[in-house]
Amino acid sequence: MTECKNKLTIRGLTKRYGSATALDRVDLDLVDGEFLTMLGPSGSGKTTLLWAVAGLNDPDGGEIWIDGRDATHVPASGRDIGMVFQNYALFPHMTVRENISFPLEMRKVPAANRPQAIRRALEMIKLEHVGDRYCSQLSGGQQQRIALARAFVANPSIILMDEPLGALDKKLRDHLQLEIKRLHDELATTVLYVTHDQEEAMVMSDRICLMNGGRIEQIGTPDELYFRPATLFAADFLGESNLISGRIVGEDADRLVLELPGIGTLRAPSTTPYEQGAGIVHFTRPESLSILSGTEIKDNLVRGEVADVVVSGALTKVFVSVGDGATLQVSQLTSVSQRVRKGELLTIGWDADVGRVFADNRREVA
Amino acid sequence: MASADVAAATTAPSPARPGTHRLRWQTLPVAVFLLALFVVPVVTLLSISFFDNDGSPSLEHYKRLVDVPLYGKVLLATIKVAFFTMLFCIVGAYPVAYLLATSRKSTRNWLIILVLMPFWTSVLVRTFAWIVLLGRKGAVNQVLTAFGITDAPVQMIYNFTGVMIGMTHALMPLAVMTMLAVMEGIDPNLTKAAATMGAKGGTRFWRIYFPLTMPGVASAALLVFIASLGYFITPALLGGPQDTMIVQLIIFQIREVLNWQFAGAIGVLLVITFMLIFMIYDRVFGLSVIGGAARTASPAEGSMIRNYAGRVGTAITWGLAQITDAAITVFARWVPARRGGVGFSRGGLYLVCALIFAFIALPTLFVVPVSFTSEAFLTWPPKLFSLQWYQMVFESPVWLGAATRSFVVALITASVGMLFAVPCAFALARDNFRGKSALFGLVFAPLIVPNIFIAVGLFFLFSRIGIAGTTLAVVLGHTVIVIPYVVVTVLAVVKGYDRNLDHAAATMGASRMQTFHRVTFPVIRSGMVASFMFAFIISFDELTIALFVTGGRVTTLPKLMYEDALLAVSPRLAAVAALLLVSMSIVILASELIRRKGGFGLGTK
Ligand SMILES: Nc1ncnc2c1ncn2[C@@H]1O[C@H](COP(=O)(O)OP(=O)(O)O)[C@@H](O)[C@H]1O
Ligand SMILES: [Mg+2]
Repeated sequence: MTECKNKLTIRGLTKRYGSATALDRVDLDLVDGEFLTMLGPSGSGKTTLLWAVAGLNDPDGGEIWIDGRDATHVPASGRDIGMVFQNYALFPHMTVRENISFPLEMRKVPAANRPQAIRRALEMIKLEHVGDRYCSQLSGGQQQRIALARAFVANPSIILMDEPLGALDKKLRDHLQLEIKRLHDELATTVLYVTHDQEEAMVMSDRICLMNGGRIEQIGTPDELYFRPATLFAADFLGESNLISGRIVGEDADRLVLELPGIGTLRAPSTTPYEQGAGIVHFTRPESLSILSGTEIKDNLVRGEVADVVVSGALTKVFVSVGDGATLQVSQLTSVSQRVRKGELLTIGWDADVGRVFADNRREVA
Repeated sequence: MASADVAAATTAPSPARPGTHRLRWQTLPVAVFLLALFVVPVVTLLSISFFDNDGSPSLEHYKRLVDVPLYGKVLLATIKVAFFTMLFCIVGAYPVAYLLATSRKSTRNWLIILVLMPFWTSVLVRTFAWIVLLGRKGAVNQVLTAFGITDAPVQMIYNFTGVMIGMTHALMPLAVMTMLAVMEGIDPNLTKAAATMGAKGGTRFWRIYFPLTMPGVASAALLVFIASLGYFITPALLGGPQDTMIVQLIIFQIREVLNWQFAGAIGVLLVITFMLIFMIYDRVFGLSVIGGAARTASPAEGSMIRNYAGRVGTAITWGLAQITDAAITVFARWVPARRGGVGFSRGGLYLVCALIFAFIALPTLFVVPVSFTSEAFLTWPPKLFSLQWYQMVFESPVWLGAATRSFVVALITASVGMLFAVPCAFALARDNFRGKSALFGLVFAPLIVPNIFIAVGLFFLFSRIGIAGTTLAVVLGHTVIVIPYVVVTVLAVVKGYDRNLDHAAATMGASRMQTFHRVTFPVIRSGMVASFMFAFIISFDELTIALFVTGGRVTTLPKLMYEDALLAVSPRLAAVAALLLVSMSIVILASELIRRKGGFGLGTK
């Protein structure tokens, strides 16, 4: 027996709406206790996937296994899940207590055991005192937490959440992100989470599943997705990036040699096989680049003129024109002493390893 | 008038979810019922007009329609009445709808009840009230002569004025509610945005707000016009001989001379008038304007006439904006303390609306005091105090019988109507299926087709199958009438229901039955109750169908009241009207409270 058993296994899941394909042969595994986030632009199929797992829509193909059982054709009521809806879907005619009690009743938890479970759930979300109110009398943040409590109170195999913080303001969202993380740890439960907010995904997830146009673009830890994007889309969607088009001119000491218009020759990690003269896009993160003081040596050196300097709190973003209309962004920690000025001429540099090369057809050459 | 195209800026409706494309069994009862008891009778009625009285095909009835000048004259008089009713209703209803749309929600909800009150009170009661108020010895004339403003009583009813007052009163709520629906959807920030761009009050109203309300104005105008064309109760009781409406001719042909074929021909004449109006309307505004739907049509799509109307409209609103701005500027100079005339225009609005509210709500109350008179005639002020008329009503088996029958009929009608229409409304609200738009058309047709067609058509049908003059006949007829209302109200409830509640219940392990029983039904229950009451009141009040399909000892309360009123409006009738007014008001307030309670605690929806 393997140590990590799968809570959820999805194979070849396909869902069409008329002629449009909302999910295109999606495979996904969710390990017990994992917090996995579906991230992607609006319309990429995140909700459709979540609803398929919940049993709220009928997939056109593929299989869904929950806890080792084939759940593809099991109705939502038989899947042992908890779900938090974007608009919370709290029952307006029931009090908070009745709302939280509902999943217990439906799962035939004996009436004698319910009050304790409800009390514990209310304690965990720190709303012990609102049990007898109607949900409409609570604030958005409180309603959100009630929805959470209702989803986890019956100890479901998986908790599904569809943009549960989408309707809240930034401050409350930041707070509740940590709150949900804490609940996940305390309950040791498995969570499939949906958001279109990359920061939220980075903060909360064990793994992120990046969706695009009904397909999975990449699955990995936040770190992997950020520093080793598998595709141009992933590189572009997450964080900021320097993307410059060019072509491969050769190989030198296990490094690819690239020719980028306006910048010159660069070195990047080797890819096998590579195609001489092929069009590529070269990728770096702004924080991997540094402004050189003169004595330092890096694999790649580029001279340019500072076009703009933007201080956004802890980070300072320096935009450097490097010729032929290309601009490279360098991000460094804001410091009081070291200041770059607009118009200044300087050299930026980075080691070949931090760059990545993508084929121009939006697939990595590697 | 301004064009509907101006309103193109508002949001487009979200695309419907494509569901399965099968015919829905839930819709079958309604479809079959309406086909058998609405489409078949109305079509039969209209088609028999192409036969002579011996049953062979002939156009003799149409020849008579053309040859006898009376019919053309009555048609013109009818159109004139409908046109002016429409005009007065729109002008009176616009400020009220505007006030409602721009006031706080709690205030608005109570004002809406005030507006809807006459809508809910029996037409007959309201008409009696005007007779009490405006008759030769009525309250208004007594005041006028007492103050020496006139020496002889002014003739205010039994003429065109009377018809106008009665019909405007009857139909203004319809206009208010139609326009309110559109006004509520207008983003209040639009006029604020215009203000930031330097538009003054007049420009903001006429160039921004008013054009956006045009779809509401246009559909209100159409609805009032159509409703007026098919009216007869108010003209019959408040008009003179020259105010005869076309529907009264049909009634005469059926009830007095039993000439079905000729009645059918008059009906066809009315239908043609309808179609012409729809065509003209479509040319000018586009039929899609009704209900504020399809406000996304681009100007290029309209007909030439519509484009022309649009340009004229823009010019007119521009002119009005200039005039109003100038007036406000002048006024602001005279009264500089009041900051740009904003307070002034709002104050004026309150004053105008108070007058209109008084017109809408007060007159009906006059039936109450006169019902306690000790005299044998209606006089103002009434000689108080006697309960003799109430005693007479309660001791009369005829009145009690009619009231009981009306109650039972309304109860059965509302129940059967709900039973048929609720599943249909669910299907219409949630699923896409083949024939959905046809079903929509079928369900809403009884709203547009004047009741007189349904009444006469059913009378014809029921006479043949031998159930004319029975209680069953009234119930069947009333069910046809209430189905569209039940569908509309239930549709609104179901559409307002968040289906994620069902989904949430399912993810928590609730079966379909449990979900409906524990979640769906409790949430929509109050809406259902309100819908039931709506159907009940409509049936309880209904006169046209009852006038035809009942007979002999089988009569309903409205029918008895109408026939009594044709003879004389007596204090006894006032007593009945007062009883009806009080009991109906209680029912309406109760159902409104139940509906509101559906909000569960504070601040929902
Ligand atoms: N009920 C539906 N009917 C038709 N198309 C739908 C429906 N639900 C989703 N879609 C389409 O499927 C695609 C994926 O939608 P969704 O899963 O809601 O995306 P996301 O949640 O990532 O924003 C979109 O193109 C959307 O338009
Ligand atoms: Mg979504």
